[in-house]
Amino acid sequence: MIFLTVSNVSKSFGGPPVVNDVSLDVMRGEFFALLGPSGCGKTTLLRMIAGFETPDRGTIAIDGEPMNAVPPHLRPTNMVFQSYAIFPHLNVFDNIAYGLRKLKLSKDQLHARVEAMLATVRLDGLGNRASDQLSGGQRQRVALARALVREPKVLLLDEPLGALDKRLRETMQVELRAIQRKVGITFLLVTHDQEEALSLSDRVAVMHQGRILQVADSRTLYERPNCREVADFIGEMNFFHATVREIAGGSASLNAGLLGLVTMPAANLAPGIKTDDHILLAIRPEHVRFAASGVAGDIAASTFLGERSHFHVRIAGRSEPVFVSGSVAPTGAVHLEFPPEKLIGLPASD
Amino acid sequence: MKNKSLLLYAFAYLAFLYVPVLVLPVFSFNDSQFIAFPLSGFTTRWYGALAGDSAMQHALGNSLKVGIVTALLSTMLGLAAARAVTRYRLRGAGAALGFISLPLFIPDIVLGLSLLMLLGAMGLPLSLAAVMLGHLLVCVPFALTVLIARFEGFDRNLEEASADLGEDGWMTFWRITAPLMLPGIIASLLLTFITSFDEFLVAFFLSGTEATLPIYIWGQLRFPERLPMVLALGAVILAVSVVLVICAEHVRNLGVKNRVVGA
Amino acid sequence: MTQRQGGFKQQILRFGLRWTPPFSDNPAAKGGDVADNGRNAGEGYALLTPTLVVMGLALAAPLALMAVTSLKDQSGMGFAAGWTLDQYGAVLGRASYRLLFLRSVAISAVVTLVTVALAYPMAYFVAFHARRKFFWLVALTIPFWTSYLLRVFAWKIILGYGGVINSGLMRLHLIDQPLGVLLYNPFAVVVTLAHAWAAFAILPIYVSLEKIDRSLLEAASDLGDSALRRFLRITLPLSMPGVIGAAVLIFVPTTGDFVTPSLVGGPAGTMIANLIEVQFNGVGNWPLGAALSLVSMAMVAVIAGLFVASARAAAKAAR
Repeated sequence: MIFLTVSNVSKSFGGPPVVNDVSLDVMRGEFFALLGPSGCGKTTLLRMIAGFETPDRGTIAIDGEPMNAVPPHLRPTNMVFQSYAIFPHLNVFDNIAYGLRKLKLSKDQLHARVEAMLATVRLDGLGNRASDQLSGGQRQRVALARALVREPKVLLLDEPLGALDKRLRETMQVELRAIQRKVGITFLLVTHDQEEALSLSDRVAVMHQGRILQVADSRTLYERPNCREVADFIGEMNFFHATVREIAGGSASLNAGLLGLVTMPAANLAPGIKTDDHILLAIRPEHVRFAASGVAGDIAASTFLGERSHFHVRIAGRSEPVFVSGSVAPTGAVHLEFPPEKLIGLPASD
Repeated sequence: MKNKSLLLYAFAYLAFLYVPVLVLPVFSFNDSQFIAFPLSGFTTRWYGALAGDSAMQHALGNSLKVGIVTALLSTMLGLAAARAVTRYRLRGAGAALGFISLPLFIPDIVLGLSLLMLLGAMGLPLSLAAVMLGHLLVCVPFALTVLIARFEGFDRNLEEASADLGEDGWMTFWRITAPLMLPGIIASLLLTFITSFDEFLVAFFLSGTEATLPIYIWGQLRFPERLPMVLALGAVILAVSVVLVICAEHVRNLGVKNRVVGA
Repeated sequence: MTQRQGGFKQQILRFGLRWTPPFSDNPAAKGGDVADNGRNAGEGYALLTPTLVVMGLALAAPLALMAVTSLKDQSGMGFAAGWTLDQYGAVLGRASYRLLFLRSVAISAVVTLVTVALAYPMAYFVAFHARRKFFWLVALTIPFWTSYLLRVFAWKIILGYGGVINSGLMRLHLIDQPLGVLLYNPFAVVVTLAHAWAAFAILPIYVSLEKIDRSLLEAASDLGDSALRRFLRITLPLSMPGVIGAAVLIFVPTTGDFVTPSLVGGPAGTMIANLIEVQFNGVGNWPLGAALSLVSMAMVAVIAGLFVASARAAAKAAR
């Protein structure tokens, strides 16, 4: 069931649009991520949903109610700020209780509610702690608790883990996911960290220069990116120029330059690709295989990564190396095989 | 080595700052009309004379009135302007800021005289209100400087977070902005009060028959026999100012502690 | 967090002197977050309006009136009809006036130089070597918590004919006649003003020194600078904003100071403010007083502006 709708929203700050005609549907109880490099407009979109920015065009609706005219303090959303924005003059308890004033709870009720939330974010017993005596992870939890305690319809998270170190970030990822399952609230996460987006979210929207390129679950994004930018942004990818010669009977034959003539499943071509189109063939490093015969090359560099190694293979007639990821560790001259069923055809970005 | 000579310099400098100021308390307790060495014995009679001087009391009352009103008004004006230039993206904000800071670049005598001429042209009498207006001119740039510094160190996300948590603009101001601005506001109030309380030149032209404390002191300086009493007054002002600053710091520390303990 | 710690202590002590001249790169002048746009600009202007109105009323209108008056001629208790540039002719033409302008600027420049030069090592000590900075800052500001008039007057007591120095020296039989050269001359004015305005030099310089990232100094040493070279190449240039701020903050009011020359200056130490005052309270020539005021104001502004511009140009060239 669609819960949060963003329709044709655009926004500019006097210059080129920061958010450009974006439409989006988020389901009830979904963990949804907006993924993109910094400056792609994802935070602006989030702030428009929270009400801190007004869209120039388009509408935003939550649970069927249009939000454009609703000021931030009356919206059924709450936000975890990137800086956490913990009120420095209030302790942990008062920070969390801040948004409950209007409910006019009795002292006991208020206490019970805040304590329960403290338990949820595993800060039991820290209610009296001054806000400047919190670690980074604790600040993050207070910010989360403060927003969740209001039981918003949509929880907005702006790079919530960005300020934490790697290990803490991984722990918090697991916890964030568990908390979301427990409270069942729709989470909308903004991040530039593809790993975070892919591991946390039910679905991810990839943004680039103010537009949404693709919305899909993590596996689809990884295996079937719909354009070069998405493929590039998520994981590593090798690209080859190719021309479509024929599409027939569920398979496509292409003239792929260095790779020679290739026959691959037509389903692996992005929608809209036709005969004679100039396209990009993409393949992930882990799908390229070392073989007895195939495209000849030399290993220019290799990086040991534990159970796998990463290789840069130089092949004749191509300036950039081919990235190969594998467990065997050949040296010197090698041959590369590109399994046709793993190739993806993407529109050439002219 | 270098540290030692610097330390020596620091103490010498401190002596340069303190010796003239210590003249006030030292001679205020000296049992002689003449301000010269040797000291001739301890007395508190100058303080007694001071306490009994009704002209001084009247001037003190005037200075307190002007100082308090000036401090409140200039801090309020500074608060609004500081918020405007730090929180909003305004065309011409730089020019407005420059205009408001202009009195810092104009000698006080010019400020005082130009106001005197305006009052004359409008047929308004010289009065404490005129002095307040002049002091406002001198104090608003100070208030603005202190408060802008404060607003700049203020994460604007905090106010957004408050709105996000359901508070409207007014409640956000009371629950977030005001408490966080409080140290800046107190600093501004103190600074503007002291500035007004100590201001001579503007008041000299605008006060008319209602003397402020510096005007009173200026008048006394002509009478050698009244000098020890004036020095006593200076010593009292010094003592009160020091106590005031220490109290302000103490109150602030208390406030911080209470917040940490109380839930 | 930073709000709580950085704040009050320094703010009081800095005396409001985290000081940025309006024509410098004031971050506030560039306005707030990108987020606020047209919709809220109205609110911003509304907040700015009361202050602008008050300043307009108390600053712009009187100055405009002053400019108008300066184009008049005094005639009895009123002004003669018609417009004239006579006042400016007198202001710029009379040698005795020119001398006063020159002397005011010279005294003020020396005071500024002396005050800043004396304050710099002090501020440097507090910023880099003092163990209890708060104590030192309080100690340095306490002398300024009493009446300006009396601080100036104290010097009259110290330097006077029967004053502290003379009576002390005579008591020690180092001299048998009081020294008359101490008081009532430009020297007395310089000493007194350098003392009276010391806080306005120490605090801005201290703040700008305090802001210097200590790792920059370590990097300079690491790259082979001696202590002196490091000071000249890193510390001094980075503290220039404080020095410039202090200089302007002292130069402007001391040029127009009235109290100090009146109390300790004597005839040789008379400054422009004394002349202006006489036009209003003494001889009653308002148009001439207005012209003198405006010319001195313009002179101060031009000199301060040139100073700031050249200091910044020098800083840029040094980089």
